[in-house]
Amino acid sequence: MTAPLLSLKNFAKSFDENQVFSGVNLDVQPGDRISILGASGSGKSTLLRCINLLETPDTGTLEIGGEIIGNPQRTGKARYRERDLRTLRQRVGMVFQQFNLFPHMTVAGNVAEGLVTVRGVAPAKARERALAELQRVGLADKADAYPSRLSGGQKQRVAIARTLAMDPEILLFDEPTSALDPALVGEVLGVIEQLAREGRTMLLVTHEIGFAYHVSTRILFLAERGIYESGTPDEILKNPKKPITQQFLAEHQRFQF
Amino acid sequence: MYEWNFAPVFSESGLLLAGFRNTLILTATALSGGLVAGLLLALARLSPKRWLSMPAGIVIEVFRTTPPLVQLFWFYFGLPIILAVEMTPFLAAALTFTIQSGAFFAEIFRAGIVSIERGQWEAASAIGMSHNQCMRRIILPQAVKRMFPSMMERSIELMKTTTLVATVSYADLLFQANEVAQKTFRPLEVFTVVALMYFFFISFVSFLAARMERRFARSGEFSL
Repeated sequence: MTAPLLSLKNFAKSFDENQVFSGVNLDVQPGDRISILGASGSGKSTLLRCINLLETPDTGTLEIGGEIIGNPQRTGKARYRERDLRTLRQRVGMVFQQFNLFPHMTVAGNVAEGLVTVRGVAPAKARERALAELQRVGLADKADAYPSRLSGGQKQRVAIARTLAMDPEILLFDEPTSALDPALVGEVLGVIEQLAREGRTMLLVTHEIGFAYHVSTRILFLAERGIYESGTPDEILKNPKKPITQQFLAEHQRFQF
Repeated sequence: MYEWNFAPVFSESGLLLAGFRNTLILTATALSGGLVAGLLLALARLSPKRWLSMPAGIVIEVFRTTPPLVQLFWFYFGLPIILAVEMTPFLAAALTFTIQSGAFFAEIFRAGIVSIERGQWEAASAIGMSHNQCMRRIILPQAVKRMFPSMMERSIELMKTTTLVATVSYADLLFQANEVAQKTFRPLEVFTVVALMYFFFISFVSFLAARMERRFARSGEFSL
């Protein structure tokens, strides 16, 4: 078997005295679609943010395509230079809960920004690419609008287009629908589902358990400061073996009809 | 009853206009220099490197907390003694007001920069932008919009503070007004006219600024 696309070894992270997780190991193969579930405070988002180093893990090594990112120190904590971060982030894209669009740029400007500033693509070419990505998320007609004119669902689709424009090999979604009105959740999940069908590699932190069941190849359930249980969607969501997972799912199904 | 007579003042309007021109030159110099100095000081003060942030902090505090007149005397009379440099009134005034307004602008820049949500930094880094690219492309353009009203306020303040240069014999509007007052024996009229000149000029600039603010507002994200 070839080296995994992404590999975390012995990841740990704490904030002050509070250990969020430790001893996390994870291999991601091309085409994997991994949903990360867990109660709030279980470290789902922190784990995702550690993968593209928006948070620096306390210990652990991060490999991408078999290549170690940063300089692991003897203390176990790796040192990352700005260059390491940029190498990593060119290959790992991230979509945020709060969209974080750049409000002073048009929709097309948002999507083209990384191409122009980071890749040095000519503005006309970048715009062409931006329009293609907007087409993909169904927002080509909004190219020249400012983000403040868009609905939450549209903003998130622009944010996805902005990430896709950079051709990342791995997509990270950090609760992409948690800030949305229920009526707008569907359009965003639709876009993510389409990306899943294209065979994109992705990690998704979500509370949409039904969606996770349908698109994921694997589910990680976080509890007790680490990966508590993992397996296929059927294993974890239909037949969870461990008590906290069972309790979490029961809680989620309480008000279903 | 005092009899107002503006005629002698208007016959010397050439002197006043020359002074007004000098005031504008000094203000524009100090303003453009001050904006650059202010941005550099703010970036230095926000730097994680202590050898940058500490000196910047000291310069900012010293110039914010000492009277501008003292600073001006210091540059005009003090600096030539210490460094044996030749000082003209304009040079001393330009230096003083550049650094002094730079110190105030630095605090405005800093407040604007830290007011931008962390999510903007994160989104920019997540598409691979470096710290500097992020600052230049994402943070500063938004921060400048938010800072604009305070910047305007500070610039108006600067223009009025430059009247202090009359004390080192730079022929600004107020210096010229003094000359005209002594020549015509009409100080009340002279200084009334001078006040009106400041009033109309600053009101006009404020009006333009308000229009610009409205234009910013259209591209979202700008509010007072």
